[in-house]
Amino acid sequence: MIGSPDVVAFTKEDEYGQTPPDPWALPDEFSIPLHPLADSNPWAKTSYAKFTKDFILISEFSEQVGPQPLLTIPDDPKVCGTFDLNYFSLRIMSVDYQASFVGHPPGSGYPRLSFVEDSRVVLGDSKEGAFAYVHHLTLYDLEARGFVRPFCMAYVSADERKIMLQFQELSLRFSQASESLKAGNRRAFAKELQRKLRDLEYTHSVLQREEGLQREAGPQCMYSAHAVEKANELANVEKSIYEHRDLLRQISSYHRRPRRDPHVVSCQKCINECLSECEQLLDKYAKLAKPFSYTAKGDTGQKGRADGDGGEKEGDEEDDEGVKRRSSYTPQLIKGKSAKCFDKRLKTLQELCDVTFYEATVELLKKTERSFRGDLCYLYTRRLDRALRRKLKITNFLFEEDLGDDEDEDEGGTLRPFCAVNHAVDNCTLLKPLPIVLGPEPPELDALEPPGPLDSASGTSHTQGSELGLVESHLESSPSDQTLETQESSEETKGSFSSDKSEMGLAERQQNLESRKSEAPDPDSDLTPDPDHNPDLERESSSEEMETTAGDDEGDDTPVSLLEVASELEASREDECEGLTDAPCDIEPELLVPLDTACCMAQEGFLYEASAPEAVQPCQALVVNEEPHALIPLQDDYTVGSPAAGLELPVGHLGDAVSRTSAEDGSDCTMSASTGSDLGYGGVVTLRQRKKAGQGALRFVRQYPFAMQALWCLLSGRTLVVLGADEGRVRRLVAALALFVPAPGKCGDRVQAWLSCPFTLTDLQRWKLIGLQRVASPVGSSMLYSLSRYSRYISILDADQKTLRCPPYRGQLLANIADHRTSIRRGSTYFLHLQSTLCQLAAEAFLFTFTHHLHLPVSSTEGPEVVQGRRLCFLQEQLGLGEEDSQILLYLSQLITQQYLQPATGSSAAAATCFSFNYTTSVLYKI
Amino acid sequence: MLRWILGGREAQGSAEKSSVLCIGEEQPKNWFTELQVLKGHFDIVRFLVQIDDFRCASAGDDGLVLVWNVETGERLQELRGHSQQITAITTFTCNNGLTSHTSLITASSDRSLSLWDPDTGNRVQTISDLQSSVKCLLVLERLCVWVSGGEELCVWNKDFQLQCHRQNHSDTGITALIELPKNCIAAAMDKEIVIYRLTYCTDSSLSVAEIRCLSDHQDRIRALINVNDGLFASGSHAGELILWDAIDWNILAYEHILWEESQACTQAEIRLAAPKPSEMSIQHLTTNGRHILAAVGSGLYVYSILTKTVVAYRKVAHDSNVLHTMLLSDSELMSCSEDGSVRMWEIQDLPLPAEPASPGLFGMWTFGRSNKQTGPASKKVMDVPNIRTLELTGDLIGHSGAVQMFVSFRENGLVTCSTDHLLILWKNGERQSHLRSLALFQKLEENGGL
Repeated sequence: MIGSPDVVAFTKEDEYGQTPPDPWALPDEFSIPLHPLADSNPWAKTSYAKFTKDFILISEFSEQVGPQPLLTIPDDPKVCGTFDLNYFSLRIMSVDYQASFVGHPPGSGYPRLSFVEDSRVVLGDSKEGAFAYVHHLTLYDLEARGFVRPFCMAYVSADERKIMLQFQELSLRFSQASESLKAGNRRAFAKELQRKLRDLEYTHSVLQREEGLQREAGPQCMYSAHAVEKANELANVEKSIYEHRDLLRQISSYHRRPRRDPHVVSCQKCINECLSECEQLLDKYAKLAKPFSYTAKGDTGQKGRADGDGGEKEGDEEDDEGVKRRSSYTPQLIKGKSAKCFDKRLKTLQELCDVTFYEATVELLKKTERSFRGDLCYLYTRRLDRALRRKLKITNFLFEEDLGDDEDEDEGGTLRPFCAVNHAVDNCTLLKPLPIVLGPEPPELDALEPPGPLDSASGTSHTQGSELGLVESHLESSPSDQTLETQESSEETKGSFSSDKSEMGLAERQQNLESRKSEAPDPDSDLTPDPDHNPDLERESSSEEMETTAGDDEGDDTPVSLLEVASELEASREDECEGLTDAPCDIEPELLVPLDTACCMAQEGFLYEASAPEAVQPCQALVVNEEPHALIPLQDDYTVGSPAAGLELPVGHLGDAVSRTSAEDGSDCTMSASTGSDLGYGGVVTLRQRKKAGQGALRFVRQYPFAMQALWCLLSGRTLVVLGADEGRVRRLVAALALFVPAPGKCGDRVQAWLSCPFTLTDLQRWKLIGLQRVASPVGSSMLYSLSRYSRYISILDADQKTLRCPPYRGQLLANIADHRTSIRRGSTYFLHLQSTLCQLAAEAFLFTFTHHLHLPVSSTEGPEVVQGRRLCFLQEQLGLGEEDSQILLYLSQLITQQYLQPATGSSAAAATCFSFNYTTSVLYKI
Repeated sequence: MLRWILGGREAQGSAEKSSVLCIGEEQPKNWFTELQVLKGHFDIVRFLVQIDDFRCASAGDDGLVLVWNVETGERLQELRGHSQQITAITTFTCNNGLTSHTSLITASSDRSLSLWDPDTGNRVQTISDLQSSVKCLLVLERLCVWVSGGEELCVWNKDFQLQCHRQNHSDTGITALIELPKNCIAAAMDKEIVIYRLTYCTDSSLSVAEIRCLSDHQDRIRALINVNDGLFASGSHAGELILWDAIDWNILAYEHILWEESQACTQAEIRLAAPKPSEMSIQHLTTNGRHILAAVGSGLYVYSILTKTVVAYRKVAHDSNVLHTMLLSDSELMSCSEDGSVRMWEIQDLPLPAEPASPGLFGMWTFGRSNKQTGPASKKVMDVPNIRTLELTGDLIGHSGAVQMFVSFRENGLVTCSTDHLLILWKNGERQSHLRSLALFQKLEENGGL
């Protein structure tokens, strides 16, 4: 019926057998693909798509009507155009790789909630011209079949490459959204369970009462059909109570379950809240749900019942009243048979998830959509730019705008979890992402040392769990038992699947498994010395997981050897993880390839297994990162190195977007703040402002023939005072010229946009660009006095008379950016032009600063004159700079040196910064 | 903003008799190309003392004593304790065998004396409730005692125990103290110099006795210095400079500096202000053993001890009174003044006399287009045959108030203090940049690369 959709591989060409990389070649992430669009017209691809721009689609696989679209973001019918959302939903829902097996595992009395990790797939519909990143997730619904409702979120774009290259970031963003939805869903589910339990207990009490009445009526009624039916019903209700209580326990143990998804980070506060909420519930119903001890009060009732008195009736009534009093909710009598699934109305997504969470998620997705707007080239360049700039730690303070704090955080390896209820950020910042290693293990590593660092975490959660009596030991059954059970369970699994989708998924999975086994024997398993720790253990462990709830009786025969191995593994793994996490940038794409094996297994199992057995799966951690489509043969198109770029900063892109948006949002208020107060910083902070300032700078350059001299003053560190009577004009000039102030500081604190009092030497030391009010009053004369007194330290640009007084500049370096006959017309173009020149200057300054022999003697016989001569030679002959141009470089170099040395002298923060100058005469330039 | 701008032609230094007073912006010999502003005081900073090679202490009217690291500009200690302005500060070095430890002794208007440890910032000793405030301090390291002068002369040992004291009858009290050979000290009191002798009695207690009173000055004595082992010098408000024999306290030379004399024979001169009595007051004396540099009003006066003649002088060296001077070498000197500037001078041989400069001077009120600026030309001094000239080689502008004092740390820089509550640390930019480069590569090595 549904043809297999063309699932697209997200992989990179494997580099086995390739020659070692050229050491001089640019790193992949910095190289621009030479022929990115060589194949065709860039617009050709999108031409046949039926939608105009990218959108996000949320679909559901409804158990009643099948796949159906729920909403699109942006929620605008124009976006989708004639694109058939129903059909596309069908396609994207038919590639669900989530293992959504539910039902009664063998030997277990209770239904189990399946804890399913999200799956990520890229698929395309070449006929429709649509490609999508599809993120499947499962929400819990008490009324749904197997208690699960499969959903998916898809980022739909006409550009396949865009999705492929943005896969990591998309995955990150959608994981956040998914986590948020699921967090809300767990809450709602717990609430629903609570309600249901209350109903059940009410029903139970009613049934008990009836039974009691029957018993009183006499033995002749005891075995009547009616009585048997009642007894059955009672037993059913009791069973149901047990089941639901177990469900509640399961849902509350959700957070203790180790996550293998590296993108999963959730707000710690939310988790804690949810946990405590669930535990409260659990406590409550642990008491209630013992069928014969309804509440604490119920004890009396039970006693009465044991005595054979009729006292329990009163007791139960009391309890019921107690229940009613406790909450506004009125318990309802539950019918023995639940309604047919087609009769009832299924809950909407809003109902499934808490409304707050739902709305927050939609907001997040909107943000995601916004941040992915635009051409791939644009996104790619922006990312390159950022990646590059983040590497230029030493010089980027000179001319680049601040990357923002989020980046810093991300560099530290912290993921900021998305929190729907906006818990304070501070609780989130400390949160480390689960230390799942994204990178492959180094080739020399023993296969016995798996990278999955989950052990310690899971170990602790484990102990907690067992303390609470919720989770039993995972190591309880012997290996031989496990194999047997696995077989059983897989059979069971097959049987329990009913929908086409599930069958297909399973078939595909099995197929994958087979292909994996046939084509590539797992190298890791070959290396594994202990036969018990072959990859199959993964599956065993998962089945064992299912066993745990029922297996109270077989608790104590944990094989000692297994435990020992596990602890060894733990230790070795920790070491390894440290090494790997220390160098997240060194991830080499080559090792992403052998993921396939474990891929299947991850999907095969129930994904609930936590600890030791998993440890023997070396590639487990990689597996969760890479989704099943990694199995599909590679395509050349996607090997341009961009996936590596994406991988290299696995957590950074999120930060990018966040900071970008925040910067945009904040820009306006920054502006208003700076214009609002006299002492506000006049510095240019954000990129947008800087581009705007570019226009002003261009105007300045075109308007003033001595612009070059003014720029030289700024770049060589001589304070420039813009003198004028009109505040607006001075402020505009300052804003434009602020582009040229090296190291303007985080908030442009080296720039003073408007000053109306005489300045002092301290001000000159602090500010490099000052807008000064010209006033004709006594204040004005004292200002003139200070101007003339400190004239040797400053250059004065008179905005009213259009004169500039500064030392003469005869260099050629700035002719390029300060050509008043420039043919550049647009401010943003000029800004880019400027940026490239300044960037080059910064690079030269960097080279100059860190070239040893230009500053220190090479041998002990050399005097300072030799070094001096060498420095001059370097500046003049190698860089081709004249005397005045050299001053720019010397100043930039001085700034770099100071910045580099700053952390060392951080303790002596009291020490004032130096202010250097030189004694040269000034000349007056006129228009 | 009065500037004299030479128009028309370039100033040919060799041809000019009149030297440049306002040096302008081009100062090739001025190597102070970096500065650091040191903030911390809340009132006028009057005193600076050097503690060791890299530390100095500043004290002022806010009663604070701050210890600074001259290399980094860090404030090392803040010595709080005096409630009123500090009137005198000196270092006190204790040599006990191998180690020597330098402490600070301060005197304040709150009539207390304190001993500080500049390493820890502790107030080690303190004496309060003196009868009068102390105006000057003198440490006699040989005797391990120190002397405080004010309305009375007190001698203290290093543990701040009063050894002996002597009331004096003058109204003004002791304004300056110097040490003389044979356990004598000279104290300047108004117009007189009183010589005291310290003697150890049989019971090893100290006593002080007045032996001589030298009253040759016509006016108040403003400065009193030791020149060398056999000489000391004093200068008065009326411009008298007297050179004394340190052993028998006789006058060896007497020089009355009267600017008017020399002015009589100058020509083509622009006088900024009418001469005031303070113009010939000797504000400060300094010596290197061969020359005596006297700050006379707003002028400078270099006197050779060997020839007992004036070597070079400049009547208007600053726009206002010179407050402190220093001889850096035989030919280089430095002065600071109430006009807020520090100026560096060089004693240069006078070029051959040539025709007087044509005074093509005119004034301009704008600060623009000031290539070369010359101040009011000073006089030619034809009456003194072998006189040399004081050539301005550079000036340091930064303070917005009078520069009270400065201390030179040689190549490490120069610290100036001022009434604008600031200290400025002037440094050689090139040297600092070299030091920073060294530090950079050192850190680079420590970090093992970038």
